[in-house]
Amino acid sequence: MTDPPPEDELIRARQRSGARATAILLILFVILVFAITLAKLTVNR
Amino acid sequence: MPTLAATTHLPADWRDLFALTKPRVMTLVVFTGLAGLLAAPVHVNPVLGFAAVLCIALGAGGAAALNMWYEADLDAQMRRTENRPLPSGRLDRQTALHFAVGLSAASVILMDLAANHLAALILAFSIFFYAVIYTVWLKRRTPQNIVIGGAAGAFPPLIGWVAATGRVELLPVLLFLLIFLWTPPHFWALSLFVRSDYAKAGVPMLPVVAGVANTRRQVFLYSLPMAAAAVAPWPLGLTGALYGITAVLLSAVFLVLAAAVLANRATEPAAMKPEKRLFAFSILYLFALFGAVAADRWLPL
Repeated sequence: MTDPPPEDELIRARQRSGARATAILLILFVILVFAITLAKLTVNR
Repeated sequence: MPTLAATTHLPADWRDLFALTKPRVMTLVVFTGLAGLLAAPVHVNPVLGFAAVLCIALGAGGAAALNMWYEADLDAQMRRTENRPLPSGRLDRQTALHFAVGLSAASVILMDLAANHLAALILAFSIFFYAVIYTVWLKRRTPQNIVIGGAAGAFPPLIGWVAATGRVELLPVLLFLLIFLWTPPHFWALSLFVRSDYAKAGVPMLPVVAGVANTRRQVFLYSLPMAAAAVAPWPLGLTGALYGITAVLLSAVFLVLAAAVLANRATEPAAMKPEKRLFAFSILYLFALFGAVAADRWLPL
């Protein structure tokens, strides 16, 4: 087995980092929308 | 069309995407938006207030990214901007465009959900104003680009206020006017000592097309109505003495520094100390005034 070329490694690392960042942002987005919905219910009560 | 650095085939790095949002400019946008929200005479739910300020930040970031996407060729020609993600080739244009449009759309939709239709509408208009009216239409065509484009940066306190109250009132309009009138002296002070960059890139900034002396006169002339707009909320009874005294003192310093710019005869950037002083103070000035307008509501004298 030979090691993958450095550029491949960089691409994989960037893809992993991008996927992680997207996942974190989506989770934060869901939490924010949920929190906004709860806050709106409280305000409108 | 200048040649840009070779387009990268690497997936985007989040740091380059973050840089597209002009985080340093965003600091001022977030601060003035938050001040507009805090100055509103209503109770704001902390979650909804946080969401509204976040939307202002996302909208500003999206507009800045659209600006960088459109101006990549221009940025490549100026030393101040040549290392940005697009001109340096670290990021491809399509990713930048997707990011910019996605961020802008998300900010408006979230604002509508968290605050109200009017705040979302003004946010959408401010993004359109900066990305299309300023960036695409005015910046490369007229030396008045900064005057009209300044309106784009003036929206955040108005959006913050409207997000809290649902209404447009006189105080946020005066705060809008303050940033609108502050932008020309702020940017023209900068453009005086980096004018060779703008000239090289073919941007018709005032010092490039109208000369240094004329620009210095304009800097001083715009400072007068700016100071008036800054002080006006106090005699009109819209704010208390804390804001009023801060505005009077800081505006007086601003006018003195603008007068020093007017009196300067230097043409070499190295000798433009008054211009550099005014530019640096103008940032502090806006932060302090918006800090004071929020403090005045919560800690009235």
